[in-house]
Amino acid sequence: MSKQFIETFVEDSVGFIQLNRPDVMNALNRKMVDEIVEQLEAYDRDDSISVIILKGNEKAFAAGADIEEMMDDSPLTLELADPFAVWDRMTLIKKPVIAAVNGLALGGGFELVLHSDLIVAGESAKFGFPEVKLGVMPGAGGTQLLSKAIGKRKALEFIWLGESMSADQALQLGAINRVVADELVMEETIRLANSLAEQAPISLRLIKEAVNVADEVPLMEGMKLERKNFYLAFDSQDQKEGMQAFTEKRPPSFKGV
Amino acid sequence: MDFQTIVYDVNQGVATVTLNRPSAYNAFTEEMNQEITQALKQASRDDDVRCMVITGSGKAFCAGQDLQGVDENTNHATFLRERYHPMLKALKAMPKPVVAAVNGTAAGAGMSLALACDFRLVKPGVKFVSAFMNIGLIPDSGFIYQLPRLVGYAKAMEIAVLGKPITGTEAYELGLATEVFEAETWDESVSKFSEKLAGMPTKAISLVKRYMMDGMHLPYDELLEKEAQAQRLAGLSSDHQEGMQAFKEKRQPQFVGK
Repeated sequence: MSKQFIETFVEDSVGFIQLNRPDVMNALNRKMVDEIVEQLEAYDRDDSISVIILKGNEKAFAAGADIEEMMDDSPLTLELADPFAVWDRMTLIKKPVIAAVNGLALGGGFELVLHSDLIVAGESAKFGFPEVKLGVMPGAGGTQLLSKAIGKRKALEFIWLGESMSADQALQLGAINRVVADELVMEETIRLANSLAEQAPISLRLIKEAVNVADEVPLMEGMKLERKNFYLAFDSQDQKEGMQAFTEKRPPSFKGV
Repeated sequence: MDFQTIVYDVNQGVATVTLNRPSAYNAFTEEMNQEITQALKQASRDDDVRCMVITGSGKAFCAGQDLQGVDENTNHATFLRERYHPMLKALKAMPKPVVAAVNGTAAGAGMSLALACDFRLVKPGVKFVSAFMNIGLIPDSGFIYQLPRLVGYAKAMEIAVLGKPITGTEAYELGLATEVFEAETWDESVSKFSEKLAGMPTKAISLVKRYMMDGMHLPYDELLEKEAQAQRLAGLSSDHQEGMQAFKEKRQPQFVGK
């Protein structure tokens, strides 16, 4: 399927999704989000892919949503188009998704970042929710995902004031994983992706599922899920290989089965 | 760009900003803060510029905030946030070396401006004066961040609180000034110094600038990681290739700043 607003490419076992509306700082429109989600799902099904990287360009990851597209919406047109429902499918992706952020990640752009599992940012990257200044609010998970990431009080402060946070602030608050030199965002993200690609893929997906329920369900439910996933890992050849390699004091060679 | 309170010119890879309100000893006005900020951004973007010099016209370098504009209704915090902080942040973000050519008295925020630059050149008799305490204020515009990092805490405390003027010669002895140039040969000496800087590997200088000051408050491991990234970038620069090549060929390198 041809993509209008994103570019996709694969290097080794890493699948890339590059947002590609450079003339509008990669502002997200509905078609673009559909394309992102479809590509995430395609990579998730593709056996040759082990990690997915979402990236923008040097100036912007994505500077918000396409305002013109929604300016004339009414509650009913929104209800019928249900533009945010497609975002829910991002939460079902089982492989690791890393966002590589240079420049601005605002509004919908920040929401896309927060839907990723790991986040690498350049030193001058900026994150924020300016929606309040347009008389609206985040609608694609911003209030929920930022609160889970940095706690209610800091989330309220940022979303209420519509002020952006620097990469260092975001790192200190635990909203992102790593801050690197702007020029090295891709190199460092690929290095991180390659480290993940060396781990046992079955472990990675079982860990992702368990960690993701940690702040969703009561502790005992989470414990049970963790335990089941732990047991499930023992059905993989990688578990045999990993433990064998450990006893033989050699590096393991994982196959993802 | 047309400036009213400063003169901006570019020559031999060096952009010179001359604070140009000599009748007021080049004291800062809101317009001057803004124009310096614009000049910094312009010089950052201009590939022909590989070094910046900030100096004053007439007798003084800069007398600090013009007190004409300050009265009992002034909110000093707003003043700093709106006028000085954008200038100081632009100076910190400037990816090229910035030299304060301190031609005369640098007082108050004028001293802060000189401290925020990467190098200070002085005449023997010029004076640095932290005038703030005399009017019941604290040294501002980054002064209390920069000074202890430049001369150590004890000396910085003396200068900030006791406020005894420091001459150019004393500034050199304190490690605050890089060179002392005599008044008679001042212009040529400043040009020679800044043109030499403009011929150096600018990208590598910008990386030192980007990480060394922050390194003074970062944990060792974090700084080592930043250093690795910075060296990776320097290693990718054309100037590194040129430097290696020139070394092999036993000739002087011709750096292009990239």
